[in-house]
Amino acid sequence: MNFDDTPDEAAFRAKIRVWLDANAPRHLEAELRNAGFGFQGVTSEDPMTASKAWQKKKQAAGYACLHWPKEYGGGGFSPIERVIWNQEEAPYNSLSGPFTIGHGMCGPTVMAWATEEQKRRLLPPCASGEEIWCQLFSEPAGGSDLAGLRTRAERASDGSGDWIVNGQKIWTSGAQHSDWGLLISRTDPDVAKHKGLTMFYLSMKTPGIEIRPIKQANGDHGFNEVYFTDVRIPDAQRLGDVNQGWEVSLTTLMNERLSIGSGMPTGYPELLSYCMNAEIDGRPAIDDSNVRSRLATYAVRASGLRYTAMRAITALSKGETPGPENSIGKLVAGASMQELSMFAMDLMGQGGVLRNGKDGADANGRFQAMAMRSPATRIEGGSDEILRNIIAERVLGLPGDIRVDKNVPFRDIPTKGRG
Amino acid sequence: MDLDFSDDQKQLRDTLRRFLADRCTSTAVRAILEGPEPYDRALYKGLAEMGVLGAAIPEEYGGLGLGHLELCVLAEELGRADAPVPVASSIYLTAEFLLAAGSEAQKAAWLPKLAAGEAIGAVALAERPGRVTPASIQVKAEGGKISGVKLPVADGDVADVAVVAARTGAGDQAISLFLVDMAGPGVSREAVESFDPTRSQARVTFNGAPAELLGAAGEGMALIERVFDRAAVLVAFEQVGGADRALEMARDYALDRMAFGRQIGSFQAIKHMLADMYVSATLARSNAYYGAWALSTDAAELPIAAATARVSATQAFQHCAKNNIQVHGGMGFTWAFDCHLYYRRSNVLALALGSQTTWEDKLIERMRRQNTAAA
Repeated sequence: MNFDDTPDEAAFRAKIRVWLDANAPRHLEAELRNAGFGFQGVTSEDPMTASKAWQKKKQAAGYACLHWPKEYGGGGFSPIERVIWNQEEAPYNSLSGPFTIGHGMCGPTVMAWATEEQKRRLLPPCASGEEIWCQLFSEPAGGSDLAGLRTRAERASDGSGDWIVNGQKIWTSGAQHSDWGLLISRTDPDVAKHKGLTMFYLSMKTPGIEIRPIKQANGDHGFNEVYFTDVRIPDAQRLGDVNQGWEVSLTTLMNERLSIGSGMPTGYPELLSYCMNAEIDGRPAIDDSNVRSRLATYAVRASGLRYTAMRAITALSKGETPGPENSIGKLVAGASMQELSMFAMDLMGQGGVLRNGKDGADANGRFQAMAMRSPATRIEGGSDEILRNIIAERVLGLPGDIRVDKNVPFRDIPTKGRG
Repeated sequence: MDLDFSDDQKQLRDTLRRFLADRCTSTAVRAILEGPEPYDRALYKGLAEMGVLGAAIPEEYGGLGLGHLELCVLAEELGRADAPVPVASSIYLTAEFLLAAGSEAQKAAWLPKLAAGEAIGAVALAERPGRVTPASIQVKAEGGKISGVKLPVADGDVADVAVVAARTGAGDQAISLFLVDMAGPGVSREAVESFDPTRSQARVTFNGAPAELLGAAGEGMALIERVFDRAAVLVAFEQVGGADRALEMARDYALDRMAFGRQIGSFQAIKHMLADMYVSATLARSNAYYGAWALSTDAAELPIAAATARVSATQAFQHCAKNNIQVHGGMGFTWAFDCHLYYRRSNVLALALGSQTTWEDKLIERMRRQNTAAA
């Protein structure tokens, strides 16, 4: 056992360090390192401009979408080289935020289902960050039960073969910045819910699209509602067959869970530092045995996630496919962050109610921000409950849920609980 | 990056798993649970003949001189099989104490016998409930002889040699370790009832028993800390093996058992319980690998890695063992089902090297020191 690079890996690391030294936007380093939790952190210039500039520079050198083939704007590198890049790029990785959905989900779906001509048109500007993508999946009536979505796509009556879309999406990250969207919609309500869906891509500038920011529980605006009113999409922008959308969506969702080695933050290092500085009855909080016990619980979770990721990286380094262990990442990280941020606030006593550093909140309000953001971590990209189902079914081999709506035509599925 | 066992080590694991499936069946474990024998002598002899007891003991002392990763592999399989053998006392502890502090004569006298399974070692520290601290140690050493009572001593009823913590004077600095020939004069012992009868416990009374100093005088507590860190990684692998087995048992039962017209494993209450067991078992395994790396490379991080592996593995085994009973429902609380074997073992291993809060305390103290040093 060792944590060393192989000679090839070490050579790659050395090469990219040289490139990063010469090319990284050093003037942004301090801002990025000091960013508050959940924020990109650039304030000295337009954050989107900073993100796009860095992405374009990387793409020109072959370091955008390292795992994509070169002909589609990627770097043609191996999975382990991609991991090494992510380690070395820090702290500049957070500039890639606006491109995450495109690179991690929409791009791979386009790569798997679009025509060659479409791939050559769409993927290179996606890789370079010139065009941003969003994913139009979740709806007010279809989150965890995605296949329950109600946005309709119907053939235009003019014989053009085009589709006319009406409905509403929600929780769309970055819709306001996006050039393209990946849209799943219902094309046949008379068959079972999974069997009447179709996938499209469309320009977000298409007439009939209206984007409204959602004010979140923590006061932030990271997500949007997207309304579709008679939005016209050419049939050529369909991905997969008509009513094959569920299968296409699985490509997208599988890719969502393949982000290995990225390492979700748990907040533990911040909590440890806080407990070394904060006091209880005039003594460092860390001397208190209750505090130590709680800290130890969070410490082994953070460490467990770290070394679970390293086991996955080990597999990649040997050219093997990582096991299912990485499926625990978000489940553990989300819950840990929520618990430990509330614990940190408890240590602050009555002062824990303060929200901002400028009013005297301890640790500059970092734990209050975590406490307000972490409920979303436990829901987005697969709720804790869906993740437990996935572990139980795909890893442990337990039976799927009994689905009362499985063989029922979509239009006959009940939609109201009471009244 | 290579945070995994080698192909040879995985092959050893497969060999051990087959061997234990054959020789350490539920029937064999229950023979120790219910019978008069303190441990499975045939199984212990079999392990000795395979050479694995001496995996980390140098060849000059009769071992294989392979290293501690092989011992981690053995530990995981012993944990999985709930093996009723004194490997922890004899190998993870006594042999490690000898390697860490023994004189040439002490090592030559005992290590070959420990490696061959011809002698069993035990470590006698505790005297009363509560943490083992200098103040808790009242057994006295004077003029090469020790007197006093140790309780409980794991495998003290069958040990041929014991490492005993004793007091040579007043104060916290006056604790030293001694090597005692348990067949010698002045030693009496009796088996006491154990929470897990497959791991025997004893009350050992020393009455002027001849004792040789092990390591430097006054170095006792420091040596205990050093060797316990090493043993903690190995015990963590036993716990990880036990946690995995308890999870498998629960999963298998959830697939077989029908209620309300369906497999109980189709209910989310059960699925989510099993998913959470998988999460804690996975975190514990990854932390144990971190510990294994630190142990096998003598890394400066070993104290943190060992405490991390230990705390995580204790959580996981206790979590999986208790929920294994829960998934089995009433059948899980019968003597006939094996769930209680793992429940017993999980609780005994949780205490084997000191309580969970002791290790939590060590972990955070060590992290604090590391952070202070880095700052």
